[in-house]
Amino acid sequence: MSIRRFPLDWPLLVVGLLLSAYGISIVYSAGQTDIATGVAKLWRSQLLWFLVSIAACFAVSRFSVRLLDWLTWPMYWLSVALLVVLLFVGKGAGTAASTKSWLAIGGLRIGQPSELAKITVVLALAKVLATFKEPPRSLLELWKPALIVGIPWALIMKQPDLGTGIVFVGFAFAMLFWAGVSWPLLVLVASPVVSLILAFNTSIWGAWFLLLIALVLWYKPYMYEGIFLVVMNVIFGVVSPIIWEKLAPYQQKRLLVFIDPNIDRRAAGYHVNQAQIAIGSGGWFGKGFTEGTQKRLAFLPAQHTDFIWAVVGEELGFLGVTIGLALFAVLFLRIVKISERANDSYSSLVAFGLLASWFVHVLENMGMTLRLMPITGIPLPFF
Amino acid sequence: MSFHPNDIVRRGRAASLIVVGALLFLAGGFFRSQVLNHQKYALQSETNRLRELPLPAPRGVIYDRNNKVIADNVIGYSVSVLAQKEDSLRAVLQRLSGTINITAPQIEQSVRRYRRAPNRPTVIIPDASFDVVSVLEEHRSQFPGLIIQSAPRRFYPDGPVVAPFVGYTGEVSEAELTQAAFTEYKAGQQVGKQGLEKEYESVLRGKEGSQFVEVDARGRVVKNAGARQDLIPVAAPPLYTNIDMELQRFVAGIFGDSLIGGAVAIDPNTGGVLALYSAPSWDANRFIGGIPAQYWDSLRLDPRRPLYNKALQGTYPPGSTWKLATTVLGLETGAARMNEKQPIPCTGGMQYGSRYFRCWDKRGHGFLDLKGAIAKSCDVYFYQLGLKLGLARLVAGGVDLGFQSRAGIDLPEEKRARFPTGTEYFDRKYGKNKWTRSLVLSMAIGQGDNSQTILNMAKFYSALATDGKAARPQIMRGKPDRTQILKLSADQMNQIREALVGVVTSGTAAQSAIKGVQLAGKTGTAQSGKVVEGKEQNHAWFVGFAPAEKPSIVVAVMIEFGGHGTRAAAIASKIIQKYLHVVPVVDLSVEG
Repeated sequence: MSIRRFPLDWPLLVVGLLLSAYGISIVYSAGQTDIATGVAKLWRSQLLWFLVSIAACFAVSRFSVRLLDWLTWPMYWLSVALLVVLLFVGKGAGTAASTKSWLAIGGLRIGQPSELAKITVVLALAKVLATFKEPPRSLLELWKPALIVGIPWALIMKQPDLGTGIVFVGFAFAMLFWAGVSWPLLVLVASPVVSLILAFNTSIWGAWFLLLIALVLWYKPYMYEGIFLVVMNVIFGVVSPIIWEKLAPYQQKRLLVFIDPNIDRRAAGYHVNQAQIAIGSGGWFGKGFTEGTQKRLAFLPAQHTDFIWAVVGEELGFLGVTIGLALFAVLFLRIVKISERANDSYSSLVAFGLLASWFVHVLENMGMTLRLMPITGIPLPFF
Repeated sequence: MSFHPNDIVRRGRAASLIVVGALLFLAGGFFRSQVLNHQKYALQSETNRLRELPLPAPRGVIYDRNNKVIADNVIGYSVSVLAQKEDSLRAVLQRLSGTINITAPQIEQSVRRYRRAPNRPTVIIPDASFDVVSVLEEHRSQFPGLIIQSAPRRFYPDGPVVAPFVGYTGEVSEAELTQAAFTEYKAGQQVGKQGLEKEYESVLRGKEGSQFVEVDARGRVVKNAGARQDLIPVAAPPLYTNIDMELQRFVAGIFGDSLIGGAVAIDPNTGGVLALYSAPSWDANRFIGGIPAQYWDSLRLDPRRPLYNKALQGTYPPGSTWKLATTVLGLETGAARMNEKQPIPCTGGMQYGSRYFRCWDKRGHGFLDLKGAIAKSCDVYFYQLGLKLGLARLVAGGVDLGFQSRAGIDLPEEKRARFPTGTEYFDRKYGKNKWTRSLVLSMAIGQGDNSQTILNMAKFYSALATDGKAARPQIMRGKPDRTQILKLSADQMNQIREALVGVVTSGTAAQSAIKGVQLAGKTGTAQSGKVVEGKEQNHAWFVGFAPAEKPSIVVAVMIEFGGHGTRAAAIASKIIQKYLHVVPVVDLSVEG
């Protein structure tokens, strides 16, 4: 068999393998604590899943894209069905025990359907966007993509799982962008959500509102669309405090801690604080592989999941962090290239959508350990 | 999707830019945390995992003049607990109280200590006995945050003998910790509470070291040693004193259990304190590591007031020992001469104004010169000398001679002597023109508004014993500090010493003579104001020195309610004999 018969993007494969190796090593280190916990054995399952994934990768790469295209809708509706079922039988896990993110049979957790949805929704959205001959110019034209993403998104937010919800919003916007939707329209679409967030401060919201009016006048959407957007912004600005009241206390706390981590140092702020200390104390070269004291002495919470990047920061220092970021950069840039070179719109959008999904994960997860993002409990790909 | 390949490339470039920009932004964030703010986080990480255990420094050893040990250190144990929260501390204490004896007040005290320094191990028992320690070691696994450290413990080999000047140490109190002088102290540390221990605290304490242990997020001690380099405590330098332990023990032995009073022995040439004792004394060793309530009560309720230092804090009317001050003032002003008699003979008293003033000896002394009046301690003579001097001059002279001041010993407990500052004192006390010159009569014989410490009297006699310079009493060995207070000729000084020799050879202290050594001194029998069964209880005084021709020791002895001064003289004589290694007259040995 020759390269010609079996085309393979070698740089992508190499960087993927390197990131996987890095990830498995750090999962191993995360288990090395002074008082051993179940985490100590997790690197083995990580390795096992890695081997399974390699096989899956190979299998998928051998598929015809047409097969994927054909499977898109069944898989999408399966995901949505699972998310609906989850609303009734979902189980929580770990720190988010009160949510309904996990599908479980008996006591055994099988998986999070939202993880499946992350892929199938990308496929479905790609399929819809690929049908456009011209990029959408108005809000009305976006009804179909909005519905495709909106249904699973709403189901996930109901669990509730804010982190995954943000991922959906992230790749949806990225794919619209990739499909050629102009940025002013993207801003207009996003404007009600921005209003929702900025409504906490009346004067900032006021400034945003003026900016929006200017944008509407400049972009000149249809009259009713313009009015609709302005009204939506007003409504969201007004209801945002009411929504705030409806948030669960732990959700409020997470958002507040994001704004000021010193609010409740011992409880909610504790996690992000300890992660910060772990990363900061790593310095240029870190405390040495498996030697991180914050991790070893259990000051660092969720060191094998949400805060695994803090283990890298503590033990391998800025050097290890930079190497990791560089690997991610190579991976992402490579996928951008792949998206550019794809033969058809559908493949191009799928590649770009998956890239956007990973990118949002990395941004969220690392940003959270640096206090740049709210704590949403989102995993880091490959780690 | 469209679309033109150019569009795709443009969007691809924008996407790449966003990806690189975002990752660079993250890298910048990590750079700020890991490189720019590294110090801050490294410190927080160390604070997280390390707990500092104080390693107390051994206190300075206190030596006497012959390098015998007065205060030493022996091995003791302290028990502390490392707790994350106040609640967990209480829980540990509760469980500990099932194993060892911990009282409710001890628990409350520990909690207060914890609140002051939550990151330090909280001291539960600052001075645990070996029994308690062995019980705890046995149950160690049940108390993960428990820390048992060996800590030097103060020990005074002579206990009660040295307590009156050496004092004791104890845990720094909450009140002290709020004071500016104690900013360097931390709860649970030992501090000098009295005597030399307090006076020289800054020298004796040494420098505390630290040991570091590693704890995990739940406060369990994970690593006991080597978590970080220990800081070795620095032992304090020894303190060398002028005390003569042999003499000090002898003095304590004389007082025994029966006598109440105090004695001070100083070297008049240097001011070095050879012995300082207050009877009854208390055991400083029992004060270390917290005074047992029972012992404290027994001391507090004892009518002999053992906690009241009779040599330093007790002020007593000096009685006839003060007649030497009147004598000095008489000679200085020319109001008297040694061989001069007063116009009125002693007939057991004298009439002044409307009152009759008695002499202590109602048989009377007849005509006496000053030398004889000192030997016989004739009150009538000194009444007349006092009248001649006048109250103003007597009081002003007394102030100049140091009777209104502290002796200045290097011990924090010394009280200032009580003496008028001038005649305005009487105006204040009795009202202007409401008092008469007759006050001078009692002042002249050491009664009235005059209360002196035993120490201050010894200091005054150190001037009489030498060339007129009073030596500031010093316990620590150092440069002598002497002040000329007597403005008399060498001849007059000799006459005074001869007169004081006369007291011992033919006067009130005749039984206290020492063979081979000329003892000089003055008895005093001071009215205490306390009357038992119609008879006034007098304080017995003797202040003297020897050898008279070249004195090397001044001794002041006062026995509370001891009756006549001859009793004090007998004790002082024995002290001097002991110090000069000579024998009393009655002894049959062949010396001189």
